[in-house]
Amino acid sequence: MLAFIIRRLLQSILVMIAVGFIAFSLFNFVGDPVALMLPPEATAADREEVRKNLGLDDPFYVQFAKFVGNAVQGNFGISLRLGRPVSQLIAERLPATLELAMMAAMIGLTIGIPLGVYTALKRDHWSSKALLTGSLIGVSLPNFLIGIFLILIFAVWLGWLPSFGRGDVTQLGFWSTGLLTKTGIKALILPSCTLGLFPVTLIMRLVRSEMMEVLRTDYIKFARARGLTNNAVHFGHALKNTLVPVITITGRQLGGLIAFAIITETVFQWPGMGLLFIQAVQFADIPVMAAYLCLIGLIFVAINLLVDMLYYAVDPRLRINTATTGGH
Amino acid sequence: MVSFMTNTKLLASTLILAFSFLSPADAKTLRYASQDDPQTLDAHAANLLPTNRVLSQVYEGLVLRDKNFRIVPGLAVSWSQPDPKTWRFKLRANVKFHEGQVLTADDVVFSVTRALHPLSQLKSSLQGVASARKVDNLTVELIMKEPNPVLLNHLFQFRIVSKEWSEKNKSVTPQNYKDGEDTYSSRNTNGTGPFKVTLRQPDVKTVLVANPDWWNKNSPERGNITQVDILPVKSNATRAAALLSGEVDFVLDPPPQDIARLKGNANVKILEAPEARFQYMAFDTNRGELLYSDVKGKNPLKDVRVRQAIAHAIDVDAIKEKVMRGLSVPTGSIVPPGVQGYSKEADKRYAFDKEKARKLLADAGYPNGFSITLDCGNIQPAADICQAIPPMLSQVGIRATPNIIPQASYFPKIQKFDTSMYLLSWGAATYDALYNLQLLLHTSTGDNTGFGDSNYGRYSNPKLDELIKKIAVEGDMKKRDGLIREALLLVNSDVALLPLHLPVVPWAMRKNVDAVFAPNNIAYFFRFKLN
Repeated sequence: MLAFIIRRLLQSILVMIAVGFIAFSLFNFVGDPVALMLPPEATAADREEVRKNLGLDDPFYVQFAKFVGNAVQGNFGISLRLGRPVSQLIAERLPATLELAMMAAMIGLTIGIPLGVYTALKRDHWSSKALLTGSLIGVSLPNFLIGIFLILIFAVWLGWLPSFGRGDVTQLGFWSTGLLTKTGIKALILPSCTLGLFPVTLIMRLVRSEMMEVLRTDYIKFARARGLTNNAVHFGHALKNTLVPVITITGRQLGGLIAFAIITETVFQWPGMGLLFIQAVQFADIPVMAAYLCLIGLIFVAINLLVDMLYYAVDPRLRINTATTGGH
Repeated sequence: MVSFMTNTKLLASTLILAFSFLSPADAKTLRYASQDDPQTLDAHAANLLPTNRVLSQVYEGLVLRDKNFRIVPGLAVSWSQPDPKTWRFKLRANVKFHEGQVLTADDVVFSVTRALHPLSQLKSSLQGVASARKVDNLTVELIMKEPNPVLLNHLFQFRIVSKEWSEKNKSVTPQNYKDGEDTYSSRNTNGTGPFKVTLRQPDVKTVLVANPDWWNKNSPERGNITQVDILPVKSNATRAAALLSGEVDFVLDPPPQDIARLKGNANVKILEAPEARFQYMAFDTNRGELLYSDVKGKNPLKDVRVRQAIAHAIDVDAIKEKVMRGLSVPTGSIVPPGVQGYSKEADKRYAFDKEKARKLLADAGYPNGFSITLDCGNIQPAADICQAIPPMLSQVGIRATPNIIPQASYFPKIQKFDTSMYLLSWGAATYDALYNLQLLLHTSTGDNTGFGDSNYGRYSNPKLDELIKKIAVEGDMKKRDGLIREALLLVNSDVALLPLHLPVVPWAMRKNVDAVFAPNNIAYFFRFKLN
């Protein structure tokens, strides 16, 4: 087990270096940040000076080597757009994104699983059919459209919820949370619903099909034959066995929610990493883009590792296998 | 949970009560939204609109501009020119920085040195200045390395910082990005202006609070704003929604497609005024063979008749109607009205006349036209205009293709002169004609001396160069204006550049906001009123 984790961690470093290298080789194509750092009226001398000052006249592999050298020491450089250390910016933005992604994942699980079970058990009921049809909307509508709809309804027409921002945040050490203030919680509702709609529909459809599969198996029939209550059969036996694929997908989804909250964060001006990243792209803010891409690489690797470890906890067969074969 | 909520409510109301004793009863907070956030709060590190929009509320220069954009005394009460190479400024007495330091000649000398530092981007605000010298505690002299008859226009952008404060906070030079510096002055301010920054959260919120000790607080132009919450909202639709829902009071840059809808709302009003910025087309008049064209061995754009044909082919009113949704003022001049040297006589457009354009093309030897590419950045409205122009040109036989690329790639491309024809906009940075003439149309010297630096079509006309050199040193304003008019008429007849229009800026706000427009598209909050 330990060897497995260490191997995975080493792999993750390789993944991050690869991500960084590919990113840097592409940065040549995002354009010249100097063009955006100076007004069009600036003189050529001004431009040249800024470019030299930023080290942008180096070829990309030199820039990459410098980046890796500094990154190892925990220095990700200075954001060209905001003029502040990238590590500081990311540390500031990470809590906002994680809170949003966790909330969306929670919405996905707490609504998606019960709905999935319900639609599996009452497969032919009209409400299940309505839910399934409705879930198509969640799968197919793009995030920004859902976000704008919600803003129109809840902010402009009803005036109940704010259309942008994160409300008042409380600082708990390095972590800034919006969960302790009324404005913070209100501000979280629309973005997390927007971001959570897709996982809700995905998890619901997944749980439904897995559940239907499991309900057909022999051990469920035996359980019924033993005279167990419906609840014990459905939740104690059937649901538990549908969870392995759900964990995998939820894990992948969480990574996706963190990495691709970009659109939702832009629509709601949510001060997270996605907003930071999209503005960095428009500004050709290379240090921020590089650090963000590496961090997202790390998050994906870490989540995959966690998911793999959760399998051990959920699926006893894996533990038996390991025991008999003596580990990897 | 319930008791917790009541407690916070109680706490909040106590706080509100406490604050209402501290601040005047009629606290007026303006919630201001725009898509951009300042890059830095350093007074001299950046010269970009989003930064200037905040810092010009906080810092001041020797001279200011009034409501009508005329130069008026600022931190200097008077000035004189003992000789052409010296400007002497008498400073205002008893001016205090936000943190209490008293303004002296030392601060001005320090600020000049700081703004002339290689890391500063505000060097253009001190065009021609070599150094500053303290005469006495309230008198400063600027020593010129070359004469600059319109120095005051440049000085408007110059910002004065406190020497003591900068030294104490290790911010003697502007921020150095390369060395990974995070300087105190990039996050904090200490100016003399009407507002001070009390909170700075990049991309989230910046709070300005009125400076109770501002030297100019009794100015007749002053409104009643006591606090400004600057809220960046990147998404166009969200920004418009926030104004409609009353979460913000003022939107600097409402999305053009929403203007009509905003106008239809009873709680919102729109203030429209032309910005001192013009959009123009420029041509490669240098290459022997045009790039991206089917004409081989020659460059049709070198022929003035071809450039005139293009000018005649463009229906600028259609661009105004269809692309700009009425938000533009067609212009024929590379110097917008209100800028020093503007001449009505030189502000003449070539009439939209397809017949004439075809005839000019035939006379120049291109009866069947030729193909060409029009390069543009992907920001609005440039990208839309870029798509509107080629069909107009094709009607007279010039088969143009638009090439719209990201802004960050567009500038490097045209800076390498890798273009045949491009679209760009240009702001009147100094509000003086010389700057436009010199950077846009002087023969590109390639040595970064400020001559022809932005002349990416490499237009070259010895007669114009000579006029520009004369304008640069002419001290007599009347004679100088005459020379500028001559130069502008020459630019116009030679179609050295083809100006299209001045964009009209719409500011959107709640009905209870009284805003005062400034042609540099900066909202000077101290002039605003909340009713």
